[in-house]
Amino acid sequence: MLRVFLASFAFHLKTLTLSSFFVLITVLQPLIFASIAFYIWRAGERPGALLYAALGAGLMGIWSATLFGSGGAIQWQRWQGTLESLIVAPVPFVVVLVSITLATSTIGLYALGGTLLWGRLLFGVPLELEHPLLFLLALPATVVSLGLLGLLLSSTFVLYRNANALSNLLEYPVWLITGLLVPVSLLPGWVSPISWLIAPTWGVRAIREAALGGDPLAAIGMCTVLGAVYLLLGIVFLRLFERLARERASLSLT
Amino acid sequence: MSSLRSFLRLFFVGGLISYRALFNWLRPSIYIPTMLGAPIFQILFFTYLGRFRDLESDSWFVVGNAVQSCSMAAVYAGTMTIANERWMGTLSPLLASPANRAALFLGRSVPLIANGLFVSAVGLGVSSLLLDFHPAASSLPALGLVVAVSAGSCTGFGLLLGSIGLRARDVLFGANLAYFLMLLFCGVNVPLDALPAWMEAIGRALPLTHGIEAAREVAAGAALGEVAGLVWTEVGIAVAYGASAYFLFSYFERESRRRASLETM
Repeated sequence: MLRVFLASFAFHLKTLTLSSFFVLITVLQPLIFASIAFYIWRAGERPGALLYAALGAGLMGIWSATLFGSGGAIQWQRWQGTLESLIVAPVPFVVVLVSITLATSTIGLYALGGTLLWGRLLFGVPLELEHPLLFLLALPATVVSLGLLGLLLSSTFVLYRNANALSNLLEYPVWLITGLLVPVSLLPGWVSPISWLIAPTWGVRAIREAALGGDPLAAIGMCTVLGAVYLLLGIVFLRLFERLARERASLSLT
Repeated sequence: MSSLRSFLRLFFVGGLISYRALFNWLRPSIYIPTMLGAPIFQILFFTYLGRFRDLESDSWFVVGNAVQSCSMAAVYAGTMTIANERWMGTLSPLLASPANRAALFLGRSVPLIANGLFVSAVGLGVSSLLLDFHPAASSLPALGLVVAVSAGSCTGFGLLLGSIGLRARDVLFGANLAYFLMLLFCGVNVPLDALPAWMEAIGRALPLTHGIEAAREVAAGAALGEVAGLVWTEVGIAVAYGASAYFLFSYFERESRRRASLETM
């Protein structure tokens, strides 16, 4: 099972790297949004560290990659005609799906690396990290929790035929309510409890506190807990979907 | 008389059928999240970012992003209206037909402009409920005109990209990139004077920039006459991109026939 997971993860990482769409959303789009953020930071009246904006813009790219990659994960298998084979294979389908969703969030690291480098070279953003080791711990915790959130998304999107439309819808709201660039405290009070349930909220907090100063361990812990919850829910939803699809003979319907 | 009837039929019926055939956004389950939901959240995101950074007013961000949202359908659809003919294998019959190319182009633009107007109107309407944005009712007709002109210039830009699709392989990548770059260069969320001079110069040659500037002034209470210069500049940009698209399309069509490369993917 581990061999299948690793092989599938590596395969999808390579495939996504060669996709022009993913190059756009993990490299070019984050650089454009990072530039917008840098100019807004400079033009605004309030003082603030550009590194704050660079990290937020990088996380925005990781979320976009996860959202579009995971949202379309099952649909792509349908279009390629491989979904039936994966379902009937002895390896549980969830193992393959997790490898795909983790690959999509991992490829989002291009976005974070790109925005930090872009910020350093063009905008003079200092790249001094307060807690480098904790930063290295926060990064995989964030990526894995987002990948597992992707699993939950892909297992629920399967019931919705136009999942790509939902992906288009969910990009900005999550950027907004998870505090990637705008602090959650600035939003209406009812937004905070929702934001606590979404991994990027804790991911960006962990990465920022590791980079700018603070205690990122609590946020890293929350990423881990939420990741485990997403995994459990994803497994339950996938079982449900699989049973319904078998009963209705609707597995390959698009 | 019959050629005029044929022109008008191609313009109206052809444009509508093309819109419905090439873009299945007319299904509410796709149209509402993509064309209406996403722009509203974009407006909220940038308005709150502006509040956080203490940069400009809610109205400044609402108008900029609402007008920009008309470009989503205009740029992508303008591109796809030509590029998709190639993908779907209908380009050869289309170009073999004696259809008037101007009617073909212009007819496909009208639904996109109407769509852009509707998307922007929804964005502005929802923003007036959720944010500190309350334009005078008397400013709405002028605002509508400015948005329609901006949607027209974006459609011309999209058609230009689509024409390049007669030759380029992955024109949708270019459309995506152009769409995001317009967010940066056209003064949607960053004041033009905060950008380097070369970026401002590029922005002023792109669609949207003058339209957004005019719309902001109209929303702030200016009469249409006071922003006439900006609106006419946006009209000029629309005509320039539309004409460039037409001539480039004609050129690539001739070249494709000569080299037998029409269906080359």
